[in-house]
Amino acid sequence: MSTRLKVEKRVDVPSWLPLVTSIGSVVLAFIIGGIIFKIVGGKPFEAAKYFYQAVFGSWAVFSDTMVKATPLILVGVACAIAFKMRLWNIGAEGQFYAGAFGASLVVLIPIVPLETTPKFIVIGLMMLFGMIAGAIWGFIPGYLKAKYKVNEIITTLMLNYIIINWNNFWIFDKWSDRGFQMTATFDRVAWLPRLADYAKQIKAFAGVTLHLGVLFGIVAAAIVWWIFRYSRWGYEIKLIGDNPEAARYAGIDISKNIILVMAFSGALAGLAGMSEISGVVHRLQESISPGYGFTGIIVAWLAKLNPFVIIPVSVLFAGLIVAGRELQPAGLSFLLQGIILFMLISSDVLLRYKIRILRTDEEAA
Amino acid sequence: MSSTTPAVEMKDIVIRFPGVLANDHVNLTLRQGEIHALLGENGAGKSTLMNALAGLYKPVSGTTKVNGELVDFNSPKDAIAKGIGMVHQHFKLVPTHTVTENILLGMDEPRFLMNLKKYDEKILELEEQYGLYVDPAAKIWQLPVGAQQRVEILKTLYRGAEILIMDEPTAVLAPQEIDDLMVTMRSMTDQGKSIIFISHKLHEVIAVADRVTVLRKGIVTAHGKSLEGLTKRNLAQLMVGRDVVFSVEKEEREAGDVVLEMKDVYAKNNKGLPALQGISLRVHSGEILGIAGVGGNGQSELAETITGLRECEGLIEINGEEISNQPPIEAIARGVSHIPEDRTTVGSAPSLSITDNMIMKNYNQEPIGNGWSINFARAGEHAQKLKEKYNILAPNVRTPAGKLSGGNLQKLILAREISSYPRLMVAMQPTRGLDVGAIEAIQSLLLEQRQSGTAILLISEELDELLSLSDRIAVISDGKIVGAVLAEDADINEIGLMMTGGTDD
Repeated sequence: MSTRLKVEKRVDVPSWLPLVTSIGSVVLAFIIGGIIFKIVGGKPFEAAKYFYQAVFGSWAVFSDTMVKATPLILVGVACAIAFKMRLWNIGAEGQFYAGAFGASLVVLIPIVPLETTPKFIVIGLMMLFGMIAGAIWGFIPGYLKAKYKVNEIITTLMLNYIIINWNNFWIFDKWSDRGFQMTATFDRVAWLPRLADYAKQIKAFAGVTLHLGVLFGIVAAAIVWWIFRYSRWGYEIKLIGDNPEAARYAGIDISKNIILVMAFSGALAGLAGMSEISGVVHRLQESISPGYGFTGIIVAWLAKLNPFVIIPVSVLFAGLIVAGRELQPAGLSFLLQGIILFMLISSDVLLRYKIRILRTDEEAA
Repeated sequence: MSSTTPAVEMKDIVIRFPGVLANDHVNLTLRQGEIHALLGENGAGKSTLMNALAGLYKPVSGTTKVNGELVDFNSPKDAIAKGIGMVHQHFKLVPTHTVTENILLGMDEPRFLMNLKKYDEKILELEEQYGLYVDPAAKIWQLPVGAQQRVEILKTLYRGAEILIMDEPTAVLAPQEIDDLMVTMRSMTDQGKSIIFISHKLHEVIAVADRVTVLRKGIVTAHGKSLEGLTKRNLAQLMVGRDVVFSVEKEEREAGDVVLEMKDVYAKNNKGLPALQGISLRVHSGEILGIAGVGGNGQSELAETITGLRECEGLIEINGEEISNQPPIEAIARGVSHIPEDRTTVGSAPSLSITDNMIMKNYNQEPIGNGWSINFARAGEHAQKLKEKYNILAPNVRTPAGKLSGGNLQKLILAREISSYPRLMVAMQPTRGLDVGAIEAIQSLLLEQRQSGTAILLISEELDELLSLSDRIAVISDGKIVGAVLAEDADINEIGLMMTGGTDD
């Protein structure tokens, strides 16, 4: 009695399957990573323990992981909404920097007297300016695409370099702190509240760097989830993404939506930039982002553009960033990132095809 | 090889897909030098059977003989080696390459240097032989559909095909092109080729084929029947297993007020060339105005200017309100519904669910739309109700529209467009490519709409359909209305003459 594998196209995808394959791929990636670690002479189980310690070991390190996850969530959600409409915004990095710049203006000009204005107004203004600046940086390619059919991949990519150098001009020249490529530290009123600020009341919070920005990320994910799931706008975005001809036929204004979605996406990425300078670095400086804007693209895709799934995926990637500092050689974390990506992308096959083991005598029937 | 050995003999072919028995012990015999029609409704298993013959699928059981020799194809290459060539319904051509380059693509010769001139001549010889004229140096995108099809046929002939499988070759062609194709098919069989002709247009089968095999739900209902003495009615019965009423019953009805009025409308096509050259027409409530014409004479542009999808000059009014050059939403708001020419690229969003597709036109209106949000529970109920009413076959309303068959997708679009109680319905080729059962269902839906007072502009290339459904018929040629007649005293020959731009005198 012999058997053979049969690959069949799936007619229906059960709703639980994507979750199972995604988790399965991550687990498999860690196993393969462990085997490679073993081959090069490491101790995989100890490394795994170390990895766990470094990422989730205590509240302090877990908070570090969450701090790294915060911009990824916001940028991931920003990318997801654009990608849903098949609008290839790869300018989240630039919109992040634009957001950081916009938020900094509130402090550096300053727009309101910092000594007398209450904290919540300063923070609120920084959020507003950060989002507006990010939205402008998304609006430009959106408008060019809607009006003149300029390819948004090129424009969003190029705008990244423009804004980074624009920021550099200000921090090297106008706002330089004693000649360093950074501004002076912001007044404390412009800092997002951190858990560590409450260490006096609750001892456990001492040294915990987690800041309010993580809530921005979760709220943004929830709002975008609602938009996709229940709103008219979300329906229009899905329809345009799936078939723009059909959307036009249904009476939807595509140009308007291109501009709106790009600006909205930019605003969310801009908020990520604001949250990073107000919550973590507390000044405008060079290289505030180790490529969050690009990692966010991967995060959005791996989460299959589902805003809630973006949160755990961001935590995973943040964990890999944090662990990369602890594990030696540091390249191991990139290796794991690569294997995870590879596994997740390959696991898509399981969603599209069913693999059955058949006994050959069964077929003759 | 004696001339009595069949070119192809397929016996007891069984092909199974998940949950479907696509071919259930099917037999097919193709004689040397004949045109053999393979007839059946959508989903009857015609294409499956032919894909097996072309080496794309492997049957679970059954035998295939080519010229008396038992074969077992593992890939299309094996089938080509045995002289079997398939002319697909959807052309597989590279638009930016020339005719010759497309024909040579994938061949072993020429090896390195193209030397296109030499091959251009070779191909010209082949063209002469079968009367398949097309400029070998022309780029594919410059060619009309009929010429592109000739390139597909040349491709298979160049590869030495003796047995040609033509998958619904007439579906994309204009009436004259169909006639040309039939002449070509005859000239190929005269020179010894054998042809399997897949179609569900009965008059074409009767016009061109020698014998016919009919499939119904994977089972053969007529095996190699001679077409002599068979009528359209006989064939239809074999196909659908019941009597089909060909001319749908149309009730008398007085036409009402003018709903659509067009005055001197000019528009350009996608290439910027004049497509509509001064169209003036009126459609009344409760009336079907048929637009007859050879494809590509401005029909698509006519439908698109009315529905706001294309810019134009001139006046278009719905119930006295001007809607020319307004965005599509304005036409929709004034009760204009539109059954587009292309149900997959315009009429539906393939990966969205049936529900999402069903609410495309009313997602922003109560009770489905609700301020900023959409009530998806209500949308689901709405879709479920329409799915049942219009008998759309699908597992459930969450099924992606792309998984529906052509007929079911068209029913979805019709259900959506009718459920908005339109004042004007612009129906472009609503029954194209559908099987007899679905055509009948859709035609009666159109008549029901007429009965309830909708003005209908029916644009079709099927004269029979226009004659049986319309109250009046206008003929469009070269972007102008060249004549109009009442359907009851219309003479098909006269209309045909106007369509081709000829006149009696």
